[in-house]
Amino acid sequence: MLYREAGQFKTSYRADQQIFPILQDRIGMLVLGFVALVGVPLVASEYWLTAILIPLLVFSLAAIGLNILTGYAGQLSLGTAAFMAVGAVATYNFQLRVPGIPILVSFLLGGGTAAAVGAVFGLPSLRIKGFYLAVATLAAQFFIPWLLVKVSWFSNDSASGVITTQPVEILGFTFDTPLRKYLFALVVVSVLALVAKNLVRSHIGRAWMAVRDMDVAAEVIGIRIVRTKLVAFAVSSFYCGIAGALYAFAYLGSVETDGFNLDLSFRILFMIIIGGVGSILGSFLGAAFITLLPILLDVALTEGATALGLQLPSGMTSMVQLVVFGALIIFFLIVEPLGLARLWQIAKEKLRLWPFPH
Amino acid sequence: MAWKKTALAWIAGLTLAAGSLTAVAQQAGTQFVGITGYRVGPYGANGAAFFGGFTDYLQLVNARDGGINGVKLSWEECETEYNTAKGVECYERLKARADTGPTAIHPMSTGITYALLDKAPADQVPLITFGYGRTDATDGRVFPWVFPLMSNYWDAATAIIKFIADKEGGEGGLKGKKIVLLYHDSAYGKEPHAVLEAEAKRRGFDLEMIPVPHPGNEQQSQWLQIRRIRPDWVILWGWGVMNATAIQTAQKVGFPRDRMVGNWWAGSEIDTEAAGPAAKGYYAASLNLAGKKFPVVQDIEKIVYGKLNVGGDPKLIGTVLWNRGVAAAMFTLEAVRTAQAKYGKKPMNGAQVRWGLEHLDLSAKRLQKLGFGAMLPPIKVSCENHGGSGEVRFQQWDGSAWQAASDWMKGDSALVHRMIEESAAKYAAEKGIKPACLGG
Repeated sequence: MLYREAGQFKTSYRADQQIFPILQDRIGMLVLGFVALVGVPLVASEYWLTAILIPLLVFSLAAIGLNILTGYAGQLSLGTAAFMAVGAVATYNFQLRVPGIPILVSFLLGGGTAAAVGAVFGLPSLRIKGFYLAVATLAAQFFIPWLLVKVSWFSNDSASGVITTQPVEILGFTFDTPLRKYLFALVVVSVLALVAKNLVRSHIGRAWMAVRDMDVAAEVIGIRIVRTKLVAFAVSSFYCGIAGALYAFAYLGSVETDGFNLDLSFRILFMIIIGGVGSILGSFLGAAFITLLPILLDVALTEGATALGLQLPSGMTSMVQLVVFGALIIFFLIVEPLGLARLWQIAKEKLRLWPFPH
Repeated sequence: MAWKKTALAWIAGLTLAAGSLTAVAQQAGTQFVGITGYRVGPYGANGAAFFGGFTDYLQLVNARDGGINGVKLSWEECETEYNTAKGVECYERLKARADTGPTAIHPMSTGITYALLDKAPADQVPLITFGYGRTDATDGRVFPWVFPLMSNYWDAATAIIKFIADKEGGEGGLKGKKIVLLYHDSAYGKEPHAVLEAEAKRRGFDLEMIPVPHPGNEQQSQWLQIRRIRPDWVILWGWGVMNATAIQTAQKVGFPRDRMVGNWWAGSEIDTEAAGPAAKGYYAASLNLAGKKFPVVQDIEKIVYGKLNVGGDPKLIGTVLWNRGVAAAMFTLEAVRTAQAKYGKKPMNGAQVRWGLEHLDLSAKRLQKLGFGAMLPPIKVSCENHGGSGEVRFQQWDGSAWQAASDWMKGDSALVHRMIEESAAKYAAEKGIKPACLGG
């Protein structure tokens, strides 16, 4: 009843091509933006900001990056964490070695470095496909962290190889408190998400999808496969690189190369599988599912046990949490193999008819 | 599809519940100790021993002494799985649990230590990094909130060289000898390189450094290389499965184990028992002695495991890492006790605990009284030196247990001190910190 587009006429191409063609969606997005920009800073505690919201934003961005490559261009990659590491370390080094460089420029250069590295590791995709390509990107996942540890120049000869990041300062304003870091991450992620959404709706995105759906057919209709695939790798790695830089500068405040391991790559892959392959919204939903659910289960189990007066052995909650988490992933994949984004779409279609489905 | 709806409703309900649950307070009037521990994941076995000892000591102090000066202890352990992101989440959660904060955090992971390095001063939470973490944090003027208590990696490296020199006939005995460093190819394994190179130059021995890629369960080529070099000694700087493999492969290529010295992460029962009889004679530097002969260990066994029956796995009692956990808990509590002498007998907040840590003075007599006896060397912390003694003790595996093989000894502390100051000054310049001592 509330969610009906009856009476909303589109009289120009512009109106027809909006990201959110339905008025209610636009209002919804405005409300969401308002909550994120004003509501959250008013009510969120430090715990919520540093432990939940900032990582959520960072992983959403990384998931968008992987979704561009895997979801839209159809190239399976297991090197996401490695490209994040490149972005983080490159941003740190630009900030360290170029005197007076603005941090946002460092971020862009860091993302650019990741894009270049991503394009190089994307070269095998021109010859091999599917699972074989996944194995080739696995090489990036092993090679890059190894290189970053091996050559101590990257970490400015830090004895333990762990880097502490510089403060984020824009026009004399320092983003040092959790709230400021959250706002910084929010703005970066929102802008990049908007760019990504428009990118996949443009001719580039259509070329990606054509290659994904059938590369021979795409070639026949005049899409240059080589360029399309490499652009996909570069753009995807750029997003991952910026996500890595945010991970270091806005979230942890340090870069530990060992943290960007295969495990993280898999987590981001799971995010897009659960959230929805080939969907920007799905990247956010998947990141939320994978980052928040374990914390939620952990808190619920610990508090539940305390409330019931049970003394659970430590480590037990962690085990239970892993079991429940695994079961929930299977549950969602059975209920909706196309991901949470598809679930949301179905809900919207039902809402249009509600409460009179006949 | 009713079950689908039910499940979705459940998830929605849980989400709401968790939001309201995150701010449950501690029991009023207790000293709340936040523990970021790990008992599952790749290093779960190590964590289970360390944090088992840690909580057992807290149990003991509550049951035997009724807390510290009448202030009872409460605690909560949050599972990090040795994962940095999870560690930060745990830290934030525990920090908000009590008005006085989490007392002091033992991150027990290099990654988590670094991630908390900037947060801790802002939140006024002291960090205790007992035998790991950032070595130059020993300079308390640059790192007022970090306490790498007892010894750091550089102390260990120079002490190992001194131990070897003593075996080779004293100060000049190493001239012309060959020493191989077999290290875990990671940031951790590269930590001693600079110090060892400086030592090699000063003492005139040949140093060869051979990396072992993670996880290190295959070392045939490295040991063939060692056999070609024919070193007089091998220093093992390993972690996890790499240690046992190194000891076994040494036996296979016929290298004497009593010419191998490990650091303290290569010197626990987990390493030597996995290596079997090959480990007999192997030396390792240690932060603390293993064994059950110390009164505090016996008290825990009697009270926590016997009378109260709330202890963990009794097999872990008296192992190297378990004893280290007991010692770590003792450091935290003694810092609270020291702070109470100044601020009164009530729960201490982070700033007060920090003051207590900086004025921690555990003399041999005090350690005796606490029941630790010879398990640890005396420690005196000051603003300039957040580490303490810098002493380690060597142990030798006799085939079934670790036996002390030296007294508490120091390496080249002048060299270590100089390097720490250089490194800390570099960090201070990078970060714009003006080195100064914090007062009470």
